[in-house]
Amino acid sequence: MLRIVLSRTLPRISRISNCQYSAAAIPVPCAQPEVHYNKLFINNEWQDAVSKRSFPTINPATGEVICQVAEADKADVDKAVKAAREAFRFGSPWRRMDASDRGLLLSRLADAIERDTAYLAELETLDNGKPYAVSYSVDVPMVVKCLRYYAGWADKWEGKTIPIDGDFFCYTRHEPIGVCGQIIPWNFPLLMQAWKLGPALATGNTVVMKVAEQTPLTALYVASLIKEVGFPPGVVNILPGMGPSAGSAIASHMDVDKVAFTGSTEVGHLIQQASGSSNLKKVTLELGGKSPNIIMSDANMAEAVEQSHFALFFNQGQCCCAGSRTYVQDTIYDEFMERSVERAKSRVVGDPFNMKTEQGPQVDEEQFKKILGYISSGKREGAKLMCGGGVAADRGYFIQPTIFGDVQDGMTIAREEIFGPVMQILKFKTLEEVVERANDTKYGLAAAVFTKDIDKAHYISSGLRAGTVWINCYDVFGAQAPFGGYKYSGNGRELGEYGLDNYTEVKTVTIKVPQKNS
Amino acid sequence: FNILTYQQHSDASNQVKGFNQSFLILPYTLNRDLIFIDNEWHESCSGRKMPVHNPATGDLLCEVEEADTEDVDKAVQSARAAFQLGSPWRCMDASDRGLLLNRLADLVERDRLRLATLEALDSGKIFLMAYFVDLMATVKTLRYYGGWADKIQGKTIPVDGEYFTYTRHEPIGVCGQIIPWNFPVMMFAWKIAPALCCGNTVIIKPAEQTPLTALHMACLIKEAGFPPGVVNVLPGYGPTAGSAIAHHMDIDKIAFTGSTAVGKLIQKAAGDSNLKRVTLELGGKNPNIVFADCDLEYAVEQAHSGLFFNQGQCCLAGSRVFVEDSIYEEFVCRSAEKARNKVLGNPLVPGVDQGPQIDQKQFDKILELIESGKKEGATLECGPTVFSNVTDDMRIAREEIFGPVQQIMRFRSVNEVIQRANATHYGLAAGVFTNDIDKALTVSSALQAGMVWVNCYNAMSTQCPFGGFKMSGNGRELGEYALQEYTEVKAVTIKISQKNS
Repeated sequence: MLRIVLSRTLPRISRISNCQYSAAAIPVPCAQPEVHYNKLFINNEWQDAVSKRSFPTINPATGEVICQVAEADKADVDKAVKAAREAFRFGSPWRRMDASDRGLLLSRLADAIERDTAYLAELETLDNGKPYAVSYSVDVPMVVKCLRYYAGWADKWEGKTIPIDGDFFCYTRHEPIGVCGQIIPWNFPLLMQAWKLGPALATGNTVVMKVAEQTPLTALYVASLIKEVGFPPGVVNILPGMGPSAGSAIASHMDVDKVAFTGSTEVGHLIQQASGSSNLKKVTLELGGKSPNIIMSDANMAEAVEQSHFALFFNQGQCCCAGSRTYVQDTIYDEFMERSVERAKSRVVGDPFNMKTEQGPQVDEEQFKKILGYISSGKREGAKLMCGGGVAADRGYFIQPTIFGDVQDGMTIAREEIFGPVMQILKFKTLEEVVERANDTKYGLAAAVFTKDIDKAHYISSGLRAGTVWINCYDVFGAQAPFGGYKYSGNGRELGEYGLDNYTEVKTVTIKVPQKNS
Repeated sequence: FNILTYQQHSDASNQVKGFNQSFLILPYTLNRDLIFIDNEWHESCSGRKMPVHNPATGDLLCEVEEADTEDVDKAVQSARAAFQLGSPWRCMDASDRGLLLNRLADLVERDRLRLATLEALDSGKIFLMAYFVDLMATVKTLRYYGGWADKIQGKTIPVDGEYFTYTRHEPIGVCGQIIPWNFPVMMFAWKIAPALCCGNTVIIKPAEQTPLTALHMACLIKEAGFPPGVVNVLPGYGPTAGSAIAHHMDIDKIAFTGSTAVGKLIQKAAGDSNLKRVTLELGGKNPNIVFADCDLEYAVEQAHSGLFFNQGQCCLAGSRVFVEDSIYEEFVCRSAEKARNKVLGNPLVPGVDQGPQIDQKQFDKILELIESGKKEGATLECGPTVFSNVTDDMRIAREEIFGPVQQIMRFRSVNEVIQRANATHYGLAAGVFTNDIDKALTVSSALQAGMVWVNCYNAMSTQCPFGGFKMSGNGRELGEYALQEYTEVKAVTIKISQKNS
């Protein structure tokens, strides 16, 4: 019942604004959660890497090493693929299981994760740096909801019987694809794991998952729960490791049937090439974005400012769908800017285990330096620095909430994905102009428009080339609603019923009959 | 509280075969014997109560408040309020409706032993069947529809013109549901699960013979956290409470499972009152066709359980077994042998495979039909009853017996048996036993039945739709198809200044 109580006291679990949640509902965290699992998970067993190598995972709030983690490479990928292939064999327990029982296993996994919410939230915050209050009230609950959603689909994913010409009985089977490689990023470690496992397992596939080297810990704990609730060995295998070694081994493996990747567009290119060079495995990609957020003059100003702030700064700016080009109609530009700067200045940056913190550190040194580089380019190319612009602490990877005004479409900060707490505000005059400028990007992940006018809302949402368009809101997600990109932001959709398509092979069966009747 | 200690007696039915075991003493507490409206327990407006009997002994188990027209009015008011725009139920996330159904499934699992015991006591069904079949199906049905709640999707539609058009799949509203006594708790789940999953509110009248598990479910519904008024449980009689529901001007839809005779009354009542939507699951006289090229022993066994399951009290019972000429004698011989070996007795005792019929009325009706079979010239092979040399015109071949009486008929050709199988007003289920792929596909396409089983019988699962052709009913329960029956589609069309694909 706690869950129902929480979802009533915490408005819209799927988004979070400044202190709208009751801090009293969230337990005090332990800032040093114990790490129980740091090895490779293959065939429901914990194993060292074949090479015996390991790598450190860092606490980005302090720059200190949390622990060593076994590092998977090609040899380990081979082992994992073998285990997954065996678990997928025709006649195996996993293949013969009732679909409703696959669903039950996913449900049990959701229950176990819910049971361990506090611990998982602590571990996620330790490894990734996101504020604990957010890990606890947003990330983990969304994981639970996603798994429960896909648990429900397992026995409802139906083929068809089809009235073809001739004396035939024709039907389709919705079969699993087979062994699926899944490579997930570090910005929402637990949630990205759930988005991948949910549809893959609901449809009956087996999985070899490589987790981000920056944030392997929570995924490995979930592996222990996968074993606890009773998934057969080999159905899910989880490998911590590096992209160029383990990730690449998965993408080019001759016995992996499909690869799903979430990460940068740059690596997305490599994954697609690897598929073409190896066995033409099916590829789905969720990549970067430079999402336009359009504020019309008739928008509710207070709402628009708050939502736009959230759209950019949430998760330390580390969202593929961050609203990183805020287009404001000229007549309200000044007021919008003033209020946005005030809001950014009030953003609380600090220790992610402190309940008052809104913004933690960036995930690692590489990102930290890259973002500071973009800020320099902004200054250099003539954008107006309105607030922030520098490092926020002398330890860890903290950056001040930064706003640039008078940004022009050609500037680097207006074209390239920064993935940090740096907001670009641009001015526009007319509707047609802003739609054209918004679409003038290689990306196409998300977009938003703030307006009260029903017709404008329609025109813009139809015109924007983006996989998700939000109207008078931002970052609203649900397990039920598909998410994915146009153009260089990726291909395929995750979540919703649409998410099942990517994990299904359709087989048509046609049987000769003596006499067909309708 | 009524506290009843149940002690089994070996002379429960006059067909018990020398069973000398020591019996279980089962302390039994009925939590509630009242009417459940608005998450509260009410006495009946009339002050009347209904007796509830144990069909194995004839003993009175307890008395339960009897709902009539006024109580139905109260329940409708409560269900209507719970359905108001802006109510907790209407504003709830669809995924939360699903979560509540899953919580209810968890609670049923927790109370599985109690529910199975209550069910066996109240309905006479074999306890092990109640525990392993009825209760399992109940849990699975609740979980299945728990999963559908947030997957009920409308569409956006490319209409002609400058419009944006989409459909909303809305709940219908207040749904009346009337369920029978042959699978009380399972029928309860089959009805409330799709209705609640789609967001409706419900008034459910369990059969007067078997209200007890429904009332325990009401307790669990409240415990799970369903808002008040979403489910209301009214034990009562058909001609009074049932009729009040069917005629009510403020009930939007009625779902009925029971006899074809009463199904017709329900349909008339809907037409007479407010044209409420009607779905019906009625009787059957289901053909089970056994070809010479089948696995004979397996077919005998399947045909046997296909008829005798649940004391023959199944709308799906394979009550016309058509056997191909060349294997007919052997089939009859083996079927009679199987029937002779049935152990009749007290349903709570392990080792018993057939319990009592539900009540005196059914008991008398079945015996009367057995008499007619003898009189009309069928050969009585044994009892529990197998008739051979049955011809299509005999009453036992045309009327639904709803008891442990198996009819075995002879046929020669495929076309003949299809025609004879379809020569009935019913059309619920059918079975086909053959190893030949062509025969299997041809016959299954030709049979006018909502469910056709090939080389199996009574193979049911929550994902698969269930329902009848012709006078066996209309609409489908279970599976995705059931959602249609609990949904109103609203198309919304918005004028826009410029449509683009």
